[in-house]
Amino acid sequence: MATTTDTADTVVAEDGVRRRDFIEIAAVSAAGVGGLFTVIPLVSQMAPSKDVLAESTTELDISALEPGQSIKAVFRKQPVFIRNLTQREIDEANAVDAATLRDAQTLAERTLEGHENILVVMGVCTHLGCVPLGAAEGENKGEFGGYFCPCHGSHYDTAARIRKGPAPTNLEVPEYSITDTTLVIG
Amino acid sequence: MSFPWAKQYEPTNPVAKFFDEKLPLPRLVYNAVGAGYPVPRNLSYMWNFGVLAGFCLVLQIVTGVVLAMHYAANDAVAFNSVEHIMRDVNWGWAMRYAHANGASAFFVVIYLHIFRGFFYSSYKAPREMIWLIGVVIFLLMMATAFMGYVLPWGQMSFWGAKVITGLFGAIPLVGESLQVWLLGGYAPDNAALNRFFSLHFLLPFVIAGCVILHIWALHIPGSSNPTGVEVKSESDTVPFHPYYTAKDGFGLGVFLLIYCAFVFFMPNALGHPDNYIPANPLSTPAHIVPEWYFWPFYAILRAFTFDFILPAKLWGVLAMFAAILVWFFLPWLDKSPVRSGSYRPLFRIFFWVLVVDMLILFWLGGAAAEEPYVMFSQLATAYYFLHFLVILPIISSIEKPKPLPFSITEAVLGSDEKSVLKNKSEPTA
Amino acid sequence: MIRLVGILVGIGFTFVVLLAFVTGAYTAATEGLGEETAEKAFHLEAHGPAGGFAHDGLTPEWDLAQLQRGYQVYKEVCSACHSLEFVAFRNLEDLGYSEDEVKAEAAAWVVPDINPDTGENSTRPGTPTDYFPSPYANDVAAAAANNNAIPPDLSLITKARHHGPEYVYSLLTGYQEPSAELAARFPDSVPGPGLYHNPYFANLNLAMAPPLTTDGQVTYADGTEATVSQMSQDVAAFLTWAAEPSLVDRVKLGWIVMGFLLFVTVLAWLAKKSVWSTLKTRKD
Repeated sequence: MATTTDTADTVVAEDGVRRRDFIEIAAVSAAGVGGLFTVIPLVSQMAPSKDVLAESTTELDISALEPGQSIKAVFRKQPVFIRNLTQREIDEANAVDAATLRDAQTLAERTLEGHENILVVMGVCTHLGCVPLGAAEGENKGEFGGYFCPCHGSHYDTAARIRKGPAPTNLEVPEYSITDTTLVIG
Repeated sequence: MSFPWAKQYEPTNPVAKFFDEKLPLPRLVYNAVGAGYPVPRNLSYMWNFGVLAGFCLVLQIVTGVVLAMHYAANDAVAFNSVEHIMRDVNWGWAMRYAHANGASAFFVVIYLHIFRGFFYSSYKAPREMIWLIGVVIFLLMMATAFMGYVLPWGQMSFWGAKVITGLFGAIPLVGESLQVWLLGGYAPDNAALNRFFSLHFLLPFVIAGCVILHIWALHIPGSSNPTGVEVKSESDTVPFHPYYTAKDGFGLGVFLLIYCAFVFFMPNALGHPDNYIPANPLSTPAHIVPEWYFWPFYAILRAFTFDFILPAKLWGVLAMFAAILVWFFLPWLDKSPVRSGSYRPLFRIFFWVLVVDMLILFWLGGAAAEEPYVMFSQLATAYYFLHFLVILPIISSIEKPKPLPFSITEAVLGSDEKSVLKNKSEPTA
Repeated sequence: MIRLVGILVGIGFTFVVLLAFVTGAYTAATEGLGEETAEKAFHLEAHGPAGGFAHDGLTPEWDLAQLQRGYQVYKEVCSACHSLEFVAFRNLEDLGYSEDEVKAEAAAWVVPDINPDTGENSTRPGTPTDYFPSPYANDVAAAAANNNAIPPDLSLITKARHHGPEYVYSLLTGYQEPSAELAARFPDSVPGPGLYHNPYFANLNLAMAPPLTTDGQVTYADGTEATVSQMSQDVAAFLTWAAEPSLVDRVKLGWIVMGFLLFVTVLAWLAKKSVWSTLKTRKD
């Protein structure tokens, strides 16, 4: 038996793609697609696992939180500061013209309606992620009486808005809700 | 190296030219597994397993590195971290089953690769170095696989580690201190688990280095072939690419079909249920067996039950190591000038007896250590040693081989004149 | 030289192993092939319920109603002694419960905690992220409460036994009085006090008292009649899910992968044929 399909490659180029070439291209492409699909598990295995995602809400009882007191809690393995603001702190925050700030927000925009005295912010400096001081008794609250990040000197005011220092934005307010005395973050 | 008619790499675009001048990596690949490597034209599918073994190594390294991102090598949490991978990590179950069954697939491929070498005497001059490096790779694989099986820290992990390190205890004088040193304790513990993890991560890269040497050594004489007749002229070879890349691609597809059937449909078939019970130093499973790929050597270990001058345990350990070390001496034990088993009528018979003997040893290594299995394994072990150390040297001197073809081309086409690569020489009709 | 040494070494090993064979064969010839044991004579192979499980075979499905019933059996019977440490309440959503139902279910369990004010051990209602609590504080307590036999954790039980789901079913339905023949041939294997005969258990004597004894021991919410066999197969199915929640997804993905691989392999075969077609590969 002689194999008869003995076309030279030079001629083929003029004829366009032959059926044989098509099969070879198809096989290589299909294998390539299969190879690409194996990237999905290899990449997504690094995303948070199910147990980590499941712990993405934090529930707290805030019934005992008096004005002027703070709680440090943990939300997604990061500190979160919950503060019951005093009337003086609320007034100080509202006295500032929000439009003049680096990250323009009013206190009302940063709290829930009906619970303007409860300020919930992530304890993560928006500059490079250090934990700011000011949540615990006796800590340095910075020049504006809110929070102070000791790493690179960012000062936050009583509404945890950036006022001075390198941080670009206000301390982040996580998504949360308040029902009766229970605060649910996440 | 390589043959004078090997195609030369010619960079076609400026980027390729730039690389070829500064770092000729594309040229290296071209000459190693591209069109620049002339390969005998008559390789059978038994020559697919080298490439498949390389694929398995990559598969194991990729899935292994991924698993190491989630695994914790601490005896308190190792078992739990594996369950964490199985239940919570995205695609974790797929990664772990792929890795566990990948080890088995790797050994299937390697055993076939080795027995291909036995039949076609791939160990003979001028390919001794390829063979020696290959045996080193096999030993490294066994060490890596053993330590990997310890990591889940189940009952079989623990007792496997205890039994295998116990083998070193058989060595006279230093044995017991050696065993304690290996484990970093008196029984497998956190220290042992951590060092096994460290070495289990390291050794695959050592294997990868040895594989590069293996392939380098292969490219000096070029691949062997089913006739055992060396390449004589250009018509005996075809370029590796596209001929063998295409053939290996198809082989890879078949391999993956079988492998994925295990991973997805029976992922625990090759494992042992006891390894889903956390390690318990106070309770031994009723029936301790290593993973299946160790069974022939485990059967040899257990076959020695009689104290003859040395204690039986020491005989077993010596025999088990000797059973693999004997492969190192094959190039000098088998002196027949003919390579391929196809032209060696007497050798061929004993080769198939060895295959059956090995299958019996596989079966017995996994069987319970009781009669009559022990007696069977004693007979099978006796044949194993007789085959390599006595029968092979003797038949290589007394056998009268069948006449060899003049060349590979003649073997394929019947006559050497017709040996032309048609697409190169003939214009279109 | 090397061959001479090789032949000597080979004969040496062969001689020693054949010596072992001869002594073994002599023993076998004079004393027979080992003793009959009660385990060998009376142990039965595990079998599943008639009709099998929904998760069996190559087209597995979870029977959610059955898993829910099985969970109920675990909760009301098994959990008195057996932990389920790798399963979290949040995983119950797989059984078809809604998020709120899971929350309520979790809250019905009491999990260990530490009092935030005093630092002492305390308890609180479970939340979805908690794992099923162990009925005992530690292994010592478990052994002390159970005649020195620690009840095994059940989260991997169907993978930790050969034919796990069938084993669980057979074991739960297999309690019986030892036969007269057993008592006659192997008096040592007749269960002593605190042990129960079960031919599906490895050594025939089980420290666990029959847990499912009467029909209607559990009252199923879906009205299924709670026979011992029904409860056994329900809990076996539940434990299969608990051991491997990804089982069904795994096989389903497997079919997609196999289909794709088959397609690529056929293409690869055609491509290989086409590449080699330009080359003469056989005699005329």
